[in-house]
Amino acid sequence: MKRLGPFRVERVLVPSGAWVLTVSLGAVAAALVAAGMIFWAFGINPLRAYAMIFAGTLADRRAAPEILRQATPLLLGGLGLVLAFRAQFWNIGAEGQLLAGAVAATGVALFTPIPAPWLLPAMFVAGFLGGALWGMLPTLLRLKLEVNEVVSTLMMNYVALFSVEWLIHGPWKGKTAFGFAYTDTFPEAARLALIPGTRVHWPTLVLGIALAGALAFFLGRARLGFEIRVLGENPVAARYAGIDPVRTILLAMVFSAGAAGLAGVGEVAGIHHKLLAPGQVSLGYGYAAIIVAWLARGSPLAAIITALFLGLIYSSGDVMKVTLQMPFRVTDVFNGLILFFLIGSERLLNYRLRWAPGGRPVETADA
Amino acid sequence: MLEWVLTAIVRALAVSTPLLWASLGEIYAERSGVINLGVEGMMILGALSAFVVAQVTGYPVAGLLAAAAAGGLAALLHAFVSVTLRANQYVSGLALTMLGLGLAGVLGRGWEGTPLLNTLPEISWLTYMGLLLAAGLWLVLHHTRMGMVIRSTGESPAAADALGVNVYLVRYLCVVFGGVLAGVAGGFLSVAYRPSWTEGMTAGLGWIAIAITIFAGWDPLRAVAGAFLFGALFHLSFRLQAWIQPEALRMMPFAFTILVLAATAGRRRGQGAPEALGLPYASGER
Repeated sequence: MKRLGPFRVERVLVPSGAWVLTVSLGAVAAALVAAGMIFWAFGINPLRAYAMIFAGTLADRRAAPEILRQATPLLLGGLGLVLAFRAQFWNIGAEGQLLAGAVAATGVALFTPIPAPWLLPAMFVAGFLGGALWGMLPTLLRLKLEVNEVVSTLMMNYVALFSVEWLIHGPWKGKTAFGFAYTDTFPEAARLALIPGTRVHWPTLVLGIALAGALAFFLGRARLGFEIRVLGENPVAARYAGIDPVRTILLAMVFSAGAAGLAGVGEVAGIHHKLLAPGQVSLGYGYAAIIVAWLARGSPLAAIITALFLGLIYSSGDVMKVTLQMPFRVTDVFNGLILFFLIGSERLLNYRLRWAPGGRPVETADA
Repeated sequence: MLEWVLTAIVRALAVSTPLLWASLGEIYAERSGVINLGVEGMMILGALSAFVVAQVTGYPVAGLLAAAAAGGLAALLHAFVSVTLRANQYVSGLALTMLGLGLAGVLGRGWEGTPLLNTLPEISWLTYMGLLLAAGLWLVLHHTRMGMVIRSTGESPAAADALGVNVYLVRYLCVVFGGVLAGVAGGFLSVAYRPSWTEGMTAGLGWIAIAITIFAGWDPLRAVAGAFLFGALFHLSFRLQAWIQPEALRMMPFAFTILVLAATAGRRRGQGAPEALGLPYASGER
């Protein structure tokens, strides 16, 4: 075992929750320092920049709810990814699945005669199915032909993006849209209720929190949750235990992609009330959801916190755009840096420091 | 008709140039056992650096050198995180793509919309050099000691290590080499193909380059065919706009990638795919 001054560096197999939290927070802090250097290169004092961001988000009574609004799709997408990642399925396609959900919900809102009280529930069901369906092709290709899901789910994002473009320029282009590329506006019954004075469509937020609770229970208690966990942690053991990997991954992906689809429903039914350019339906929520899931380290309940944190990053992007005249792309810089520091610090989780002055040897089992 | 075909081929060759450069780099990185999903990010950083330096100095070649350096530096980050820190290679590559797209978008904002004064022709020495490079890299990979070292590092790092190969060094060099080529690929876009700077101008080409790597079975010579095939597809998507919906056409290369992945699925285990691809290696452990 190595020594570090008066400390001894030990290996641990299962890190404690407090240590995981410490390392994660340290990684995020390091990412913010690194991002600060970019502000600096821009000629902006990083401390002043962070102060402005704080003043424009958390400390502003009118801006703070925007964090919740942005956290909503991130939570739904992130929850899905928590599930997929636990089954060791690298679903990078939440962005496309979100768009597919938005398309399905738009189809129901504009082109079905479903009566008022049932319209929104039908949109959510359609959105879930739309997302799930979008995730099915890469899942089946992986299960049947061992096609790498990272590349295929990613390609499906582009296919979804151009499909939405095509719909809003072509067959679904609104009669009232004049020269613009978007659909007609949804009827009143297809719009989600907002928390007054904000853009927070609370039914989607409640749905996300309920889903987080349900998933936590399901992963901890139910048989399928157990199977997903075993499969993710040890595929060989899973085979010996008689767990069918095809059925388990398929089910995990239905929920994973379906949850992203629900996020898409929330965006069109809660914010825009129409289907519009893909870059406006989603500000890259599907990609940021990867960080939500990674930061949450497999825990659906922790995803509530991490989604809020990413929601904060997104609303910071708005503040930086307005007050610091930076392009909104700056959120990608934050996201990339956080992800880098997060996985870079992963190795630290398996070590701990123990106070052992004088270099006296201590017997341990795992040395 | 003949003229139509000829111009189509020339234009397709132009698009396939960056695809070829980027996929050749990715092939070397993956042959050493490191998958780098940051190609899109390295390309866009290359495109911005090339544009800025070419504009300031007036020399497109200086721009390409800057692009190579930018791509190499970005790849160094991936190498550090995935080789030294042994982090998840997939996530590290994704982070690199996010960071690259973000940085290029932020730093390049002032350059948006200015046309480049001195440009390279669309079919330039870069196109021919790409073909030569493919042949050279194939020779090195299959017929030299260095190539054997790289391949063994990707197939069985532990065995290579036991034979005295510095696995870390080989992986670092291959990943950085891949980044240099991806940077040049991006530079080609901004100083030759579409001599200007626009945010997100790589438009998914980096991902297609990764798909070509798989399609080519990790072989530099077959990457030439793959790059031309996808280049032709990209070009066709501009040519057929009069008859088919432009959005449907622009989707084509991405949909086709999925098809190709499905069609070449057997290759993953049988031929080509390095055995230790995507797995971090720790010397002395296990």
